[in-house]
Amino acid sequence: MDVVYFAWVRERIGVPREQVDTSAATVADLVSELAAREERYAAAFADLSALRVALDQELSDFDAGLAGVREVAFFPPMTGG
Amino acid sequence: MQVRVQEEGFDLGAESDAFAAGVEGAGAIVTFTGVVRDADGGGLVAMEIEHYPAMTQKALEAIAAEAKTRWALADVLVIHRYGRLAPGERIMMVATASRHRKHAFEAAEYLMDYLKSRAPFWKKEILSDGQADWVSAKADDETALERW
Repeated sequence: MDVVYFAWVRERIGVPREQVDTSAATVADLVSELAAREERYAAAFADLSALRVALDQELSDFDAGLAGVREVAFFPPMTGG
Repeated sequence: MQVRVQEEGFDLGAESDAFAAGVEGAGAIVTFTGVVRDADGGGLVAMEIEHYPAMTQKALEAIAAEAKTRWALADVLVIHRYGRLAPGERIMMVATASRHRKHAFEAAEYLMDYLKSRAPFWKKEILSDGQADWVSAKADDETALERW
């Protein structure tokens, strides 16, 4: 699946988008997998309360399942307006 | 209902006039404009606004559509920019039209509260000393949603 990052999450991880081969069942599982990869991921995912997630461009949460999901986005709380 | 996500600036007067022309019979039109203000400590050179292109348009449309179900609105307009903006530049505007002002005012406030924390934009302040800081969301922004 495609994983995309925005704002400081993108800066910390160092890429805006990447393809991830995963069998993670939930967002939280995917986060654990990514965080175990390298320090830059661990740093980005250190505090989940500071992160939001969207599945196929809809806001979701870390308990959500990933079955059928094509794009997962991680980003800080939004600051529009 | 019109929602536009764009990099270029917009003419507030022309947008307001065009909006008003399209809602003949509405007795009340409310417009709100967000402008790039200086950083809290001063020295803002630019504000960079990042967004999630695949999500932004539909998130804004969903927010505007929800406003139309909650209030009796003749029309809604949302324009939100992204990219690099200078202090004083307009970031975004909303316009709401209704028969009576209460609906137009409330819907505009609702739109702004939701745009703040549910539209996928992130602001970064570029300062004159070379520093660049992501603007953090405020706890107040989240609690503002609870009244709706």
